[in-house]
Amino acid sequence: MGFVIKPNINSSSFHLSGRSFFIRRRQKKKKKKTRRGEMAEDQKKKSCRFWIWALSSVVFRLILISFPGNLNLSSRPEVSTPLTSIRRLAEGYWLKQASMSPYAGSMYHGSPLLLSVLGPLTVQRIKGQPSHLLCSLVFVIADILSAMLLRGIGKKLQMAYGLNARLLGLLKSSRDKGILPCGDIAALVYLWNPFTIVSCVGLSTSPIENLAVILALFGAVTRRVPLAAFGLVIATHLSLYPATLTIPIVIILGYGLDAPPIKLFLQTRSVENEESSTPTVSKQPKLKQTTRLPFLWKTVAHFLFWVLLWSLCVLVLCAFSLNKYGGLDEMFKRTYGFILSIEDLSPNIGVFWYFFAEVFDFFRNFFLIVFHVNILFMLLPLAIRLKHRPCFLAFIYLAISSILKSYPSVGDSSLYLSLWALFVNELVDMKFSFFLFCGYLGISLLSPVMHNLWIWRGTGNANFYFGNAIGYACFQIVFVVESVSAMLNHDRALKRCINTNHGEVKN
Amino acid sequence: MARLVRSWILLLILQSFLVSIAFGSKEVEEFSEALLLKPLPDRKVLAHFHFENRAPPSNSHGRHHHLFPKAISQLVQKFRVKEMELSFTQGRWNHEHWGGFDPLSSMNAKPVGVELWAVFDVPLSQVDTSWKNLTHALSGLFCASINFLESSTSYAAPTWGFGTNSDKLRYGSLPREAVCTENLTPWLKLLPCRDKDGISALMNRPSVYRGFYHSQRLHLSTVESGQEGLGSGIVLEQTLTVVLQPDTTSVERNTQPSWSLNSLFGRKVVGRCVLAKSSNVYLQLEGLSGHELKNVDSEIEAHKLWKNADFELSLKPDRVLREISSFLFIFDIEKSSDSEPFDLGLTWKRPSKWLCQLAPLHASRFLMGSGNERGAIAILLKETESQEKLNLTNGRCTIKVNIFQIFPWYVKVYYHTLQIFVDQQKKTDSEVLKKINVSPSTDKVSSGMMEMMLELPCEVKSAAISIEYDKGFLHIDEYPPDANQGFDIPSALISFPDHHASLDFKEELGNSPLLSKFKEKSSVRSYTEVLLVPLTTPDFSMPYNVITITCTIFALYFGSLLNVIRRRIGEEERFLKSQAGKKKGGLKQLLSRFIAKIRGRPIEESSSSSELQSSVLSSKLIFKIILVAGAAAAWQYFSTDK
Repeated sequence: MGFVIKPNINSSSFHLSGRSFFIRRRQKKKKKKTRRGEMAEDQKKKSCRFWIWALSSVVFRLILISFPGNLNLSSRPEVSTPLTSIRRLAEGYWLKQASMSPYAGSMYHGSPLLLSVLGPLTVQRIKGQPSHLLCSLVFVIADILSAMLLRGIGKKLQMAYGLNARLLGLLKSSRDKGILPCGDIAALVYLWNPFTIVSCVGLSTSPIENLAVILALFGAVTRRVPLAAFGLVIATHLSLYPATLTIPIVIILGYGLDAPPIKLFLQTRSVENEESSTPTVSKQPKLKQTTRLPFLWKTVAHFLFWVLLWSLCVLVLCAFSLNKYGGLDEMFKRTYGFILSIEDLSPNIGVFWYFFAEVFDFFRNFFLIVFHVNILFMLLPLAIRLKHRPCFLAFIYLAISSILKSYPSVGDSSLYLSLWALFVNELVDMKFSFFLFCGYLGISLLSPVMHNLWIWRGTGNANFYFGNAIGYACFQIVFVVESVSAMLNHDRALKRCINTNHGEVKN
Repeated sequence: MARLVRSWILLLILQSFLVSIAFGSKEVEEFSEALLLKPLPDRKVLAHFHFENRAPPSNSHGRHHHLFPKAISQLVQKFRVKEMELSFTQGRWNHEHWGGFDPLSSMNAKPVGVELWAVFDVPLSQVDTSWKNLTHALSGLFCASINFLESSTSYAAPTWGFGTNSDKLRYGSLPREAVCTENLTPWLKLLPCRDKDGISALMNRPSVYRGFYHSQRLHLSTVESGQEGLGSGIVLEQTLTVVLQPDTTSVERNTQPSWSLNSLFGRKVVGRCVLAKSSNVYLQLEGLSGHELKNVDSEIEAHKLWKNADFELSLKPDRVLREISSFLFIFDIEKSSDSEPFDLGLTWKRPSKWLCQLAPLHASRFLMGSGNERGAIAILLKETESQEKLNLTNGRCTIKVNIFQIFPWYVKVYYHTLQIFVDQQKKTDSEVLKKINVSPSTDKVSSGMMEMMLELPCEVKSAAISIEYDKGFLHIDEYPPDANQGFDIPSALISFPDHHASLDFKEELGNSPLLSKFKEKSSVRSYTEVLLVPLTTPDFSMPYNVITITCTIFALYFGSLLNVIRRRIGEEERFLKSQAGKKKGGLKQLLSRFIAKIRGRPIEESSSSSELQSSVLSSKLIFKIILVAGAAAAWQYFSTDK
């Protein structure tokens, strides 16, 4: 662990308000959970229920992919972008088989490694089965893996949450039912999110990109440094934007998992020391002396070393697979260059395509820079403000990049929505959640309608669909802003709790 | 009048003779004109004007030309053009009725609009530059927007599919170019007699452009002299092919309409172009009934051909040539004059029917799918009643078909979706596809090209090739003014490399350039239809709205997120209070005030007196002024740095 704080939690007098805080929250949750039985049984039942739901989602996916023509989802602009479309991947594979560069023509813009993994599957068929079956199975497996990893992350986060609550003295017993099993919830949100299902069945490569991102987070949370580095490098290689996750992962590895601000611990400690006559100073001299947490430079250096190693591996493999067709230069130009210069103006659920189809040519470069820098601008302020909650920071980064992406798809949304579910304990007080839910629902219903009106029927025009995209962007922005504010409010609430505790103690 | 003309002619001939002696060149520039007339089975008449201008190899660059157009020779010298063909076409060649297996159709059935191809004699790296310069030069020369072929998105470099194997070949076509008199006039300017005299005088604009099809073509090729120090000679071939409908006055429906030159063109030939070495009119009659073919053995019989029970010619031909399935009547127009103009006429007496020679397969192309997102292009090859089909390779009778197709970049073709159906059965690539060469298009940079060679069995009824594509989305500036009309995909070229079209004459030809051209073996080729692809359009009136709305969204994102991050309830006030509580110097106070100002919080004055207020006000004012002045100075300094 990044930081090990082991205060004695036997001090008992100020649990009252802490418990009241949790009880208040539990009452909110009671609408959802009414029955409470024995703890162990409950646990067993819960996990049993989880497995049933997870399995049923897999079965649901398998039923969907067995439909012929994969329900025409693979050509939906919401599902497959120029970067994630499987048709373009198949075209790249065909070109490569015809001894041409897979990037010849403006069709394929993905990674050459993904091409060599998924490419053969686009050609091979099982007799009597739909042609896309093998690819679909790969995506289903990727989804299951992502869900399991999310569950692992959630369990760690849940443990950390319980531990911190106990450390702050807000929680008495080590097993409190007030803590929701966020891992199970996140995994189920991921598996049952219609966005995930659609992008899995619609043969977009975003399940694999999501898997890489989740793998990086999982590695960081469980402190498997090589795994974290591997996930980060692969995710960055596949879609560039996860490069921003370097900051949260470094913080996780350096400082440890999500926790309330360190100030709160110090306050608690000082109160404890005042109150309890037993000298605890000798046990935690470090914590008393410094207000800063130790940063584990060694682990971070280890991580950076692995990042370098893995990226070297990836680059060598890419260079090897592209050595006849222009090498790495060509790859960077056609993948990252394509992402950054927004050449493809075909409609998607983002706002850039229409903007760059309409904007005057001499402003194009200016706006390209402005829009891309918008992502980078927020990195530092967020990192400073949320450095005590690196996992949440990672979620915010992913959400922001999926809003400001050049070619966003619902697969990206499904990733950040399920990561959001990891913080259900902290974010229960989030505002506008019903409004946001309705917004997401409305947009995902309206978007196909508007697209149909514009493209297929010709009765609507581009503004219909663009208006939809604008609405989607607004909802996502409100979602991100509200999440951040809810998290900060949660910290404030914790602080208020502790302060009132102090008051009580002093009185 | 006639005497005057004749004396002029004599004078001219004498002059040219003298000039040729003075310059002492062995070879002289030659010009010849010819007109081929051919009744078509569907009651139309084809007129094919053919002018050939030869410039012999010469050793000097700025040489003096007598007949050869200077503009063309300069073009050839400047851009090192080895071979070039430019055609302006309006209307579509009807392969089923007008023939698809004769040299006339395979050379003169051109795609709609402008088609240009050229082979250059420059190093490979300069070919594109030469092409661009050439398009601009031709654009000026022919009053057409050929310069649009300059952009790399509109031309391609075929390797073998076009028929000419050269890596210095460039091919481009503009399907939407409207062809009219302004293109014909500069074309006629290249002729020594323009349209004032000789056969070209027949080109009466209203009658030419009234036709069902007209295609004006300019083909030039350089002939290497083979000698050291000598340049290359140039052969300029200009043809105009028109398909006209004679005025039908005959009562009987079945008989072919009778016509004369006067009724077709509204003009008569009053004399030859005196600068022409030869000026002939040919009449080709196809499908004459069998009994005549037997009788033409003797020359007397042949000469009787022009007046028989089926039809009658108004003039006696000078010669008759026989071909396998047709007769060629040759007329010399030298004898014609003002008083006795040459007006060839054909009168049909009996109903007659015949069929043209058709290409082995009839090609057509169409679009599949609906909507503005994606679709498929299909090329359909159907069997025809063609006589010559057999071509045995390895004991198997096969037809080889070359398909050459250019795709503009906004038609994003998925080559892996290529499907070939032979007789409604899906075939794998290896079965029928012998060769394929693909160069995919790059967005906004280059157009895509596909060349493929199919080997189909002879007994094939139909073969279909389909390929899927996505429609591109363009920037608003890239749409033409009539964006909703759609975009054209240039014609595909279908050629049959193993089938050669040529007229096989039994008699000696003499030195007629037109006939020797026809005798050359050329592969059978046909162009498909131009396809019109509608693309979705953005709202052209919206750029400002889109920019402002999108930027508002980003402002919303940035502002609200930043606001949430830096908001500190309770903490800030406390901090400010503690700051205000301390006694500070003027500058420190000013600084804290400034910080508070930019944080957007009201300054809480602990002890505020009017005196202090005013001083603060003035100091604030002074500070603001200094700040603005400083910013202005910095701006000035950095902006005028250069």
